[in-house]
Amino acid sequence: MLRFLVRRLVVAIPTLFLVITAAFFMMRAAPGNPFSTDRKLQPEIEKNIEAKYGMDKPLLVQYVTYLGGVLHGDFGPSLKYRDKSVLEIIEENYPVSLTIGLSAFAIAVLGGVSLGVIAALRQNGPADYTTMAIAIVGVCIPSFVTAPLLQLALGSQLGWLPIGSWNGGALPNLVMPVTVLALPQVAVISRLTRAGMIEVLRSNYVRTARAKGLPEFTIVTKHALRAAVLPLVSYLGPAFAGLITGSLVVERIFGLPGLGKFFVTSALQRDYTVVMGMVIFFATLILALNLLADILYALLDPRVRLA
Amino acid sequence: MNVILAPGPPRNAALMERAVKGRSLWDDARRRLLRNRAAVASMMVLGLLVLAALVGPLLVPYAYDQINKNDVLAPPLAAGHLLGADSLGRDLLARLLTGLGVSLAIGAVATTVSLVIGVAWGATAGYLGGVVDEVMMRIVDVLYSLPYIFFVILLMVTFGSNFILLFVAIGAVEWLTMARIVRGQTLSLKQKEFIEAARAAGLTRFAIIARHIVPNLLGPVVVYVTLTIPGVILAESFLSFLGLGIQPPMASLGTLINTGAQDMELAPWLLVFPALTMIATLMCFNFIGDGLRDAIDPKDR
Repeated sequence: MLRFLVRRLVVAIPTLFLVITAAFFMMRAAPGNPFSTDRKLQPEIEKNIEAKYGMDKPLLVQYVTYLGGVLHGDFGPSLKYRDKSVLEIIEENYPVSLTIGLSAFAIAVLGGVSLGVIAALRQNGPADYTTMAIAIVGVCIPSFVTAPLLQLALGSQLGWLPIGSWNGGALPNLVMPVTVLALPQVAVISRLTRAGMIEVLRSNYVRTARAKGLPEFTIVTKHALRAAVLPLVSYLGPAFAGLITGSLVVERIFGLPGLGKFFVTSALQRDYTVVMGMVIFFATLILALNLLADILYALLDPRVRLA
Repeated sequence: MNVILAPGPPRNAALMERAVKGRSLWDDARRRLLRNRAAVASMMVLGLLVLAALVGPLLVPYAYDQINKNDVLAPPLAAGHLLGADSLGRDLLARLLTGLGVSLAIGAVATTVSLVIGVAWGATAGYLGGVVDEVMMRIVDVLYSLPYIFFVILLMVTFGSNFILLFVAIGAVEWLTMARIVRGQTLSLKQKEFIEAARAAGLTRFAIIARHIVPNLLGPVVVYVTLTIPGVILAESFLSFLGLGIQPPMASLGTLINTGAQDMELAPWLLVFPALTMIATLMCFNFIGDGLRDAIDPKDR
C-alpha cells in the first residue's frame, strides 16, 4: 500500500510543478501587465510599482522567488485588489464554490447511480428509456443553455425561484445552480452505471447468488453494485474536473461570488498572482482527487495489486 | 468484432462460391447502423444542418453582420426576419446559419487535429512498447490530470482569441483519450499473426504501424471521432460564452447563446433558436456515435 501511494505521489508532484511552471510563463507571455490602465502612467511611477512587486528583476529570478514563496505557503499579494493577499481571496470565495460543487457532486453520484441501476434492472422498459433520455439530454445540453432556460422558465416567468445571487446560501438560491451543475454528471454517471450493471447482472456469480435464493435487493446492492460501480471510480476525477469547469459558467450566470467567477476576470486583468494561486489550488484539488480515486479503485478491485 | 465464425469445410463448389462472397465486417456494421432508427434520423438531420450552414447564408437576404436600425429586437416573422432580429437589428437567421457553420467547422478541424496526434501517439506507444510506451503514456497521464480548461483560458488570454489558435488549443487537449484508446487497440493487434507475418516479411516498424496497425484501428477511432466532435463544439461554445472564443461580429453557437441569454427577458427567441440548434446538433452527433458503436462493436446488445 505504501509503495503504491509513493509511486502515485512521485507522478503527482512533478505534475503540479509542471502546472505551476507552464501557467507562470504563459501568464507572463500575455501582452499587457496588471498595472496598465487607460491613463498612461509616468514611466518612473510604473518602474516604482514594478520594483515594489519585484517585477523589475529577470523573469527567471521572479520564477524562482515565486516557487520559493509557494513552497512556504506564500502566494503573494493580489496585484489588483491592493489590500488583499491571494490566500485571503481564495479563503473568502471558496466556500461558495465548495457548497455548490459538493452538493452537485453528491446529487450527481447518488442520482446517477440510482437512475443507472433502475435502468439496468428494467432494461428496455419505460424506466430505462426515460433514464436514457435524461442522460442524452444531460450530455447534449450544456450548462450555459440549461441555466438561462431555467432562469427564464422558473425564475422570470413562474417566479418560483430567485434568478440569481447568493443570499447567504439560502436553499431557494441554491436549487438552480446545483441542478445545472449536476445534470451533465448525472447523465454520464447513470450511463456508466447502467452499462456496468447490465454486464455484471449477466455474470456467473450473480446467477449463483440467485440460485442460492438470495433476495433480489441483496443481490443488486451487495453483489452486483460493487462490481458495477468500478468504472465509475475512475470517472470521479474527470467528473470533478467537469464540475470545476461548469462552475466557471454557473457562478457567472447566477451571479455567485465563487472562485470560478474570479478566475476569468483575473486572467483578463493580468492579476498574475491571483491566477497562479487559483491554478495551483484547483490543480492540487484535481490531483488529490485522482489519487483518491486510484486508491479507492485499488481497494474495491482486488485484482489491482498495490505494488 | 474479433469473432468470426469459421466456415465449415465446403461440401460443393456452389456453397464455396457463396462463402467467398460472404459479408465483410463492414457490411455487417453498415446493416446494423441502418437498422438503428435514431442514428439514421440523426444522420439525415445532421445532413440538413450541414447543408443549411453551407448554402443557407447565401439564401438569406441579410448578411450576418448587417445592422438594421429599424429592426432592433424585431420578433420572429416581423419585418422580413424569419427568426427575428437581435439588439442591433441583425437578422437572427443569418447569424444562426453563420454561427452553425463556424461551430461545425471548429468541430471538424479540431477533431482532425486530435485525431492525427492521438492516433500517431497511441499507435507508436502501443507498438513500440517497453520504455517508450511507459514514457509516452506517462506524459498522457500527466496531461490528463491537468485542469486543462485553465490552460485553454490562459492560452486565449495570452495570445488573444483567433480562429487558428482556438482550433489548435481545443484539438490539442482532445487527443489524450484518443491516444489511450488507440494504444489499447494496438496492444491487442500487435499479437495477431498478420503483424508477425509483416515483420517476417521484413517491413520496417514505421511501415507496419502505418500500413497494418492504423487501418485496423478504424472502428473504435471512427466511433470516438463522432463523440469528439460534439465535445469540441461544446468546448468552443464554452469559451465563446466566457467571451474568450469567437469575437463579435462573427458568430458561433456559443456567442449567440451568450448574447441571447443577456436579452432573454425582452426577446426570448434570441436564446431559444440558437439553443435549439445547438441541442439538435449535439444530439445528432451523440446518436450517430452511439449507433456506430453498437454497429461496429455489438458486444453490449
